[in-house]
Amino acid sequence: MSLLTLKGVRTNYGPIEALRGVDVEVNQGEIVTLIGANGAGKSTLLMTICGQPRPSAGTITYEGRVINDLPPHETAKLGIAQVPEGRRIFPRMTVFENLQLGATLADPQHFETDLAYCLDLFPILKQRRDQRAGTLSGGEQQMLAISRALMGRPRLLLLDEPSLGLAPLIIRRIFDVIADLNRTRGMTILLVEQNAYHALKLAHRAYVLQQGLVVMQGGGKELLANPEVRAAYLEGGAH
Amino acid sequence: MDGAVALGTFLQHLINGLTLGAIYGLIAIGYTMVYGIIRMINFAHGEIYMVGAFVAVTAFTLLAVLGITAVPLALVIVLLVAILFTAAYGWTVERIAYRPLRGAPKLAPLISAIGMSILLQNYVMLTQGARPKPLPPVLTGGITLWQGEGFSLGITYIQLFIILLTVALMTGFTLLITRTALGRAQRACEQDRTMAGLLGINVDRTISMTFVMGASLAAVAGVLVTMYYGVIDFYIGFLAGMKAFTAAVLGGIGSLPGAMLGGLLIGLIEAFFTGYVSGAYKDVAAFSILILVLVLRPTGLLGRPDIEKV
Repeated sequence: MSLLTLKGVRTNYGPIEALRGVDVEVNQGEIVTLIGANGAGKSTLLMTICGQPRPSAGTITYEGRVINDLPPHETAKLGIAQVPEGRRIFPRMTVFENLQLGATLADPQHFETDLAYCLDLFPILKQRRDQRAGTLSGGEQQMLAISRALMGRPRLLLLDEPSLGLAPLIIRRIFDVIADLNRTRGMTILLVEQNAYHALKLAHRAYVLQQGLVVMQGGGKELLANPEVRAAYLEGGAH
Repeated sequence: MDGAVALGTFLQHLINGLTLGAIYGLIAIGYTMVYGIIRMINFAHGEIYMVGAFVAVTAFTLLAVLGITAVPLALVIVLLVAILFTAAYGWTVERIAYRPLRGAPKLAPLISAIGMSILLQNYVMLTQGARPKPLPPVLTGGITLWQGEGFSLGITYIQLFIILLTVALMTGFTLLITRTALGRAQRACEQDRTMAGLLGINVDRTISMTFVMGASLAAVAGVLVTMYYGVIDFYIGFLAGMKAFTAAVLGGIGSLPGAMLGGLLIGLIEAFFTGYVSGAYKDVAAFSILILVLVLRPTGLLGRPDIEKV
């Protein structure tokens, strides 16, 4: 069953057309990945789903409802959470406060359970609980950003390059967590990555984005074996 | 004995300065909070404070007509009415003059704020008249703290009321910002509005609430100043606004404790300058401080440079 459908979505930043008619579908319970070079429109796609910016054409349907015109705080209410590019944790607040903010829309009754779940997922955050988030290392900030998104109990989790700039060991941990969230919690995940190898290995299905257009799609393993994909995104790339 | 007189005089200036500083601090919080959340100087904020003072005069007069003369009851009613009306003004100004300009170049809302300031001044002048409005003393008397030869040190009940109420409000306000969900949402919007929205925080509503809070504190300042000086006019918002703005910059704009500290310092500087140098030039002292701060320490005493480790 389709949870999220994008049909002919176009997004402009002023005169620049970042998305030029994108069709993407994410089914309930899937991990879908978007790969592509810098500036292909991957981050724009995730932000457009959340309502900032709004698409200039096309339709975004979530759970059967067109959500084109919803502002971010409304799409958040529908259960869409994003771990954005650059993590965007609140640097001058504590780790705990960041997590509290993640639970803005959640039922307060779930807070303790969800908090325990996140701290269990990333135990380092337990030690850093009362520390200002800006003092965390890059990897810890990424873990915090993911935990913050989970505190809202999302049904659709959008992840924007969670592996960017992190050490291989931490990357592995983060990809493990993503796989685990999908497997044990049934969470639907849309993952944007430049680290195509890891992403494709993990994903059920994948899209290749190039200059604001989907140029290729298929199963994760299938694209991983595709010579064109290998040449453009894997050979010589980081994996 | 000269030593005692000097000390007594010094302490009297200190009490006067604290009283003034409390009022400036209350207004300065509005500047600093709005700056923190939308990076804009709300030049109409002084006028919001002036509106608060006018609501206070009207409310006190109405209560006197109605025969409600018990001072504590009258004070509570006037404060609540002033907060209610003034907050509505603060909310409206943001809604009609600033929100439509969100995302516009920074100069646009600034000009809009100056326009709002002129509009409010003229609106009050037209509806309330240009002549100064007097208010009969509400709280009279005081406590003599020290009676010496040739001088006496005292604190009036109004001064005591101003200082105590300000301390209580600032304490409550600090707790609101640091401990509640609303305060957390405000701080989140301050640091990253887009991200706050992604987490489900209604950013526009949070900004509105910031204006409402700033205006509420300005309303209290307006009530207090009306009681303290006993006379107001439609122009008081300009100078008080400029000084509170100076206080906010001195403390470090965007910083809440900074605004409180800055207000206090400006009040003290003014009182001591009046006492020891010249009352006629007290404004020169306050604004010289503004210039000095901008030159020597642009981020203010408690401000932080806008450089973040990302």
